[in-house]
Amino acid sequence: MKKKFWLLPLLACVLMLTGCGKSLSDQSVLDNVKESNTITWGVKGDVKLFGLIDVRDGQQKGFDVDMAKAITKRILGPKGKAEFVTTTSQSRIPLLKNGNVDAIIATMTITPERKKIISFSHSYFDAGQSILVAKNSSIKSAKDLNGKTVIGVVGANSVENIKKIAPRAKVIELQDYAQAMNALKSGQGDALTTDNGILFGLAVQNPGYEVRGGTFTVEPYGVAVNKGQTGFTKAVDKAVLEMQHDGEYNRLIKKWFGDVPGFKYKELYRR
Amino acid sequence: MIDIFTKFSGQLFVGLGWTILSSVIALFFSLIIGTVFAIMEVVPSKIARFIGRAYVEILRNIPLLVITMFFYLVIPKYVMKINGFTAGTIGLTLYTSAFIAETIRSGIQSVSGGQMEGARSTGMTYWQAMRYIILPQAFKIVIPPLGNQFVNLVKNSSVLAFVAGFDLMYQANSIASTTFDQINSYLVVGVLYLIITLPLSYYMQYLEKKLA
Repeated sequence: MKKKFWLLPLLACVLMLTGCGKSLSDQSVLDNVKESNTITWGVKGDVKLFGLIDVRDGQQKGFDVDMAKAITKRILGPKGKAEFVTTTSQSRIPLLKNGNVDAIIATMTITPERKKIISFSHSYFDAGQSILVAKNSSIKSAKDLNGKTVIGVVGANSVENIKKIAPRAKVIELQDYAQAMNALKSGQGDALTTDNGILFGLAVQNPGYEVRGGTFTVEPYGVAVNKGQTGFTKAVDKAVLEMQHDGEYNRLIKKWFGDVPGFKYKELYRR
Repeated sequence: MIDIFTKFSGQLFVGLGWTILSSVIALFFSLIIGTVFAIMEVVPSKIARFIGRAYVEILRNIPLLVITMFFYLVIPKYVMKINGFTAGTIGLTLYTSAFIAETIRSGIQSVSGGQMEGARSTGMTYWQAMRYIILPQAFKIVIPPLGNQFVNLVKNSSVLAFVAGFDLMYQANSIASTTFDQINSYLVVGVLYLIITLPLSYYMQYLEKKLA
């Protein structure tokens, strides 16, 4: 009997946590960001081309980051400030749910499962899943992965996808892309799988590795916001559409993907 | 919480199995290695004492995660291929062995010096005295702190999650990121860790009472 008492404080903590989540999601994010003139964005910190922390000045840089800055300016006006919080595939949804960030723009695919718990804007980037292997590897495409070890990242939907295309592949999940890349280099796996944009970024940083076999899924990236924030979602949608109409979107695509060898960036253009 | 447990029980028991396996292996080897280095720290030979000291101070002052990453990323590249589970278990063994060495050394030194002198005066050699007189008394003294180390070892085995060692924590991350239910996923895993650590704690307390 005595032993049951320690469950009570545990339960109390959990109830308190759930309580916090509710009160935050009742507030309007759009009102809050307009009042503070700041939008806090969750971005990646270890994905070259999308969101990578530059070691020289500690700033996040990449396509996602520039998109976030542009969307902020279009919602809040030229003086609007964009703040960035570094997230991983694993931490981004919890950080959004508990209100640490207002929106996520972190190479996040719009999926039906995720739509159940968060809302997405219209897609702002068309990625597709692919594989990265050493240049001397015998693996030609994702279908050759059966019986091989594939490295993925916790919280990314690419791990589920690879189980469908190569059911006998052994999948190991690591914490982030930097660690996954190191594991690939150490021979802990035969291929690294995730979206092609991210893989091309890794290939740029790591000569000796290349993206193979084209894409085998369609991964539309969206800006994620909390459920029920209709006003904020609409504002983001409007900003993304405006950017596509006036050509800023295409300029950003060219800026980040124009020089990536093997990446057909013009296919991504939107107008 | 029950939902998560029933839906993912297969995955969770796999995790529990790897965690227990890693803990048992690490416990066995860290106890042996720890005892060897504890003795090296107290023998008369200066060189042995230096090696013992260096081993303990280096390993207990580097974070466990760093040691594990070294075995996961560096060793496979230059020496031999080892997978995440092996790398994590080696890291865990070496890290814990340094703490166990310290614990047992303090036990040996707390046995009164007269015991060694008395044993030697009856004609025992240094090693006989160590084996039959000093170590049995030392182990009895260090059972409570040793129990601490064992419980820490089980909890520290969660380092396997960072090197894809398929342990409980790895499964928790995986379940949390597929269900998006962070709170319940980690609660379930917390309870499963208690299932391993609480009996271990109680067993150490029982040993303490029985031997004291």
